[in-house]
Amino acid sequence: MHYHWDFAQIWHYAPLFRTGIEYTLGFTLVSMLCGMALGLVLALARRTGFRPLTLPLGLFAEIFRCTPALVQLVWFYYALPVLLGISLSPATAALMALSIYGGVFYAEIFLSGLANIEPGQWDAGRALGMTPAVLMLRIILPQALRRMRGPLVSQGVLQLKNTSLVSVVTVPDLVYQGQLVASATYRPLEVYSTIAVIYFCLLFPLTQAARLLDRGVA
Amino acid sequence: MSDATIPGEPMIAVSALRKSFGQNVVLHDVSLDVPQGGVTALIGPSGSGKSTLLRCINLLERPDGGSLRVDRTVLDFDRVGRKSALPARALAEIRAEAGMVFQSFNLFPHMSVIENVASGPIYVRRIPRATAMERARALLDRVGLAHRADASPAMLSGGQKQRVAIARALAMDPRIMLFDEATSALDPALVGEVLSIMRTLADDGMTMIVVTHEMAFARDVADEVVFMADGYVVERGAARQVIEAPNEARTKEFLRHFHLGASA
Ligand SMILES: Nc1ncnc2c1ncn2[C@@H]1O[C@H](COP(=O)(O)OP(=O)(O)O)[C@@H](O)[C@H]1O
Ligand SMILES: [Mg+2]
Repeated sequence: MHYHWDFAQIWHYAPLFRTGIEYTLGFTLVSMLCGMALGLVLALARRTGFRPLTLPLGLFAEIFRCTPALVQLVWFYYALPVLLGISLSPATAALMALSIYGGVFYAEIFLSGLANIEPGQWDAGRALGMTPAVLMLRIILPQALRRMRGPLVSQGVLQLKNTSLVSVVTVPDLVYQGQLVASATYRPLEVYSTIAVIYFCLLFPLTQAARLLDRGVA
Repeated sequence: MSDATIPGEPMIAVSALRKSFGQNVVLHDVSLDVPQGGVTALIGPSGSGKSTLLRCINLLERPDGGSLRVDRTVLDFDRVGRKSALPARALAEIRAEAGMVFQSFNLFPHMSVIENVASGPIYVRRIPRATAMERARALLDRVGLAHRADASPAMLSGGQKQRVAIARALAMDPRIMLFDEATSALDPALVGEVLSIMRTLADDGMTMIVVTHEMAFARDVADEVVFMADGYVVERGAARQVIEAPNEARTKEFLRHFHLGASA
């Protein structure tokens, strides 16, 4: 155990880490937004109870829930283009995989959030003559979102960590950039320690803020 | 008000209405008329289909058959196929004409009291927010709660919540009001404040159907009392006669459980 830690060299590569952080945050944000939009559509479609719709969507969701995100990512990059006869950039394939993977989990969160709203709230809105869209937007979603905040933050945290997978298809996120720095400096221990600290610094404030918010409203 | 109604026709006409949940037939050909300005009290044991009937009248539940008319809007459920959607226009008209008050209040917890009252006009009628809020304040004043306008519903007593719920329903200018056990969830001490608002509404000429276990209120405020059991209308008649001298054995049996005091 005479390893000599040396972080000095790593500093020279700060701009590479910076790019990595930007990609990681960018991919998190975009895949979260796309994932939530997809999740909302999936959840609303499944709530219709219309079997020709709910059965295939349920199967679709289970496929993405029960296979690893890494496998999906690689599959979207290598297999999907062959199947469809198109070409996908690494970034597009990665975003699609991460968004869909997140989306099926967001759908579960939305479904249980909606199921938790008392039936009387729907009755009251409908009795006033609200259309389904207005009722959802003005009455149900505001209440459901408040209750879903905890699970949504957890999923957001996972979403950010999952972006580390995009490095396998050469998207220059934090991990990919770290690999570059590690091979340039032969200092993998320092590099991965640095990366771990960066991830922690990105996520810790988020989880703490969520906790404070929960306490403030509960 | 009478300009929009059909002269000589009842304001609410329910005819041979049927409703089942799965195998469970909850309403067997129920018919019921309420004239304009009339108050009908609907009484009967729990599970007899009172709530389902009210919910069918403003289409929170879809009847399986029979027909329904509220003011000028007619829906014939035997003609509309069971699978096809109800005509959206008729549905919207009936919902807008019928105000409903629930046992569990169902106030919107993420809005203030006054926003609750203004929610229908703003989100359904698309009335400008300032106008709607002004009207909502006047309605809150009418139910004695103007001073609680900016409170959260969670801060109110049960009686106050129900008064807000009544104001919220009135904000849509309904032609009829449906009350489903509006006082059953309240502490006995708070029942009176809600009943007295309902009585005022009745005196002002509102057409109402009131599901209630307050027999003194039914006797003193309603014009007609309808007794339901197991999805059938068992007996109907002038309020005082049905409550004090019922004809049917089942009505007598049911009413034996109630002690009649003075109403609110
Ligand atoms: N949404 C529903 N799904 C299935 N059964 C229901 C539903 N609503 C009411 N019922 C049944 O219909 C019957 C009448 O209920 P309800 O109309 O609530 O009676 P009441 O208001 O007179 O107590 C009961 O047997 C009840 O279980
Ligand atoms: Mg009931």
